[in-house]
Amino acid sequence: MSRKAQMEAIEQPEYAEDEVVSGEGEGDEVMEDVDEQEEGYSSSTPTSTLTWISWFCSLPGHEYFCEVAEDFIEDDFNLTGLNTMVPFWKEAMEMVLDVEADEDASKIPDVSIVEASAELLYGLVHQRYILTRAGLQAMVDKYEAGTFGSCPRVMCKGTNVVPSGRSDMPGIDTVKLFCPNCNDIYTPPSSRFQGVDGAFFGTTFAHLFFQSYRELAPAPFYRPHSPSSSSGSPHSSGSSPRQSPAFVNPNPNGGQKRAAGKIYTPKIYGFKISERAKSGPRMQWLRMRPWSPEELDEVDWRGKWIDDEDDYAEEEEDVDEDRPMEDFDPDMAEGDEDEEEEEEEDAEPHSSHMGKRVVHSASAPSLRPALSEGTSASPRSGAPPQPPAEDLRYASRDQGHVSGSKVRVVRQWAPRGTTAQA
Amino acid sequence: MIRRAVDDISTGSDSDYSNSWISWFLSSKGNEYFCEVEEDYILDRFNLTGLNADVQHYSQALDLITDNLDDDIQDEFRGTLDVQARLLYGLIHARWIVTARGLAKMLEKYKRGDFGRCPRVLCQQQPLLPVGLTDTPYEKSVKLYCGRCEDIYSPKSSRHGSIDGAYFGTSFPHLLFLVYPGLIPPKSGPVEFAPLARGADTESSRRSRKIREEEPTADLGNEGMSTATVALKSERYRPRIFGFQVNEIAKLMRWQEAVRDRQVVRLELLEEHGLM
Repeated sequence: MSRKAQMEAIEQPEYAEDEVVSGEGEGDEVMEDVDEQEEGYSSSTPTSTLTWISWFCSLPGHEYFCEVAEDFIEDDFNLTGLNTMVPFWKEAMEMVLDVEADEDASKIPDVSIVEASAELLYGLVHQRYILTRAGLQAMVDKYEAGTFGSCPRVMCKGTNVVPSGRSDMPGIDTVKLFCPNCNDIYTPPSSRFQGVDGAFFGTTFAHLFFQSYRELAPAPFYRPHSPSSSSGSPHSSGSSPRQSPAFVNPNPNGGQKRAAGKIYTPKIYGFKISERAKSGPRMQWLRMRPWSPEELDEVDWRGKWIDDEDDYAEEEEDVDEDRPMEDFDPDMAEGDEDEEEEEEEDAEPHSSHMGKRVVHSASAPSLRPALSEGTSASPRSGAPPQPPAEDLRYASRDQGHVSGSKVRVVRQWAPRGTTAQA
Repeated sequence: MIRRAVDDISTGSDSDYSNSWISWFLSSKGNEYFCEVEEDYILDRFNLTGLNADVQHYSQALDLITDNLDDDIQDEFRGTLDVQARLLYGLIHARWIVTARGLAKMLEKYKRGDFGRCPRVLCQQQPLLPVGLTDTPYEKSVKLYCGRCEDIYSPKSSRHGSIDGAYFGTSFPHLLFLVYPGLIPPKSGPVEFAPLARGADTESSRRSRKIREEEPTADLGNEGMSTATVALKSERYRPRIFGFQVNEIAKLMRWQEAVRDRQVVRLELLEEHGLM
């Protein structure tokens, strides 16, 4: 208890000191610092009231770490399984907790080995701690202070990011930054974070964080403020609606913040680049958001448009064996219709029209292909509900392979990294 | 006009100074994104049409850039003139880099990674290209365009973050990929410049012949040249909590991928009909 109070008391000056060190910005400086501290502890004089943890978190490059409560580390349950991953477990624990080392510590050849173990131990405990309520709270304070920086993507408009690992196992990749607005990960801007293991933050934290603090998470839909078409949006004034607290995501478990949803449109001499060009836009989907939350439901769990007959043709072959003949013909006819319609589009003389249409559909995805008649939408009314589990997605991937139709939807549901993780 | 011409002749010997204003400008810190505008381009008045409206003390600023400025100018004026000269050079630069030779110069810088690399992890260090959000000066600072994710990012360093985006213009990176379609980055896999080795050889020959038409075809040859389905190859990050996808994000991603798939189908159809 008293140590904790000390720790808090010491925290502020220590940050100031750190700033000086980081201002000089030398790796050697850090190493010196390590030695100094080491001596301070081994001499067992309480003159240095700085705990190992707060010292560690104050090092340059360790700004992303929060201070793990000591009672969390002292609870063995929280450390389950870690002792097999950390060499010199006992010594590392002693170092992290500032416990006086026993005399038999002399069998450790080099204190720097223990130092590395202590860092690994602390990092792995940190990964677990920041998933707890207290840890999340500690991280939200840092988040709101902007400690983790903001998204480098221009259209995210400086959305704050959180540290995220690509693996939960140490030694695989360095820490990355997750932006909740574009749902993507970025390399930290400063090279001093290149020595920080991503596992010390883990794969889960960033997302649990935004699940826990939904008011910080941008909603998955976005409606641009256009002065003309103010019909649907309740915030039609457009003057200062960005900070408007009236924004509501109907999904109570979803992000409750208004998203920064604009996407970049490449132009040459002011003209949008047609998607027919080789260099035309191919990746805008990655940043698109539907205008309304309902539109998200127009895509089923396999990633297909629910009212798109073309996609459902194959599905009905697979599933609906009861009335194959009836459905077969209309589907074929619809498939042809589809092509005809595309051909009509192709016949359009102006490619600029095409580009325009694309961009429009980018911002207004409700512009569905007109081929969605009620015919096959009605049998689909009993569409499968959202599947909760992963295995269904694998099924969808398989289907994608089997189908062999024009739509080469090889969905990338690959269990990237997850299965490897414990 | 006439005065300029006289200046040219009278100060012709000034080129002995190895440090021209342009090379000083290019070597000063923070100006790493700029490339050298060839003097012929600047001296052709046609290329500067309209710039006198944007730049104060236009003719002196132009003199300064071309190292023809008289030395008997007061120091306080020199300060303002320097600002105007930078502005003028920037605006000329924006026009220059969309010319064939300007593109080629910027291409070298791009291949060297002078503009930095994409911060997006899955872009795997894709080199970036500078781009402006407007062609009017004093509005928006320069951004960096990634040809892989086709998005724009803010420069890491505040030094570069304060450069006017109009000095690069809105068209440049897109024109570059239009002219050199072979250089359109692949959507997955590590960054490699297939034409890099060749680019190095051609650099020397390029100087001598200065024929631009050959270059695009050389780059064109190396690619299968269909970009209709490239989006399917792109990787994306999938947020997971204890290995499980996050519901709302997963839903958004499915929607986005459905939009993508629809575009792919559309493009494939276009391609089948030979319209791409």
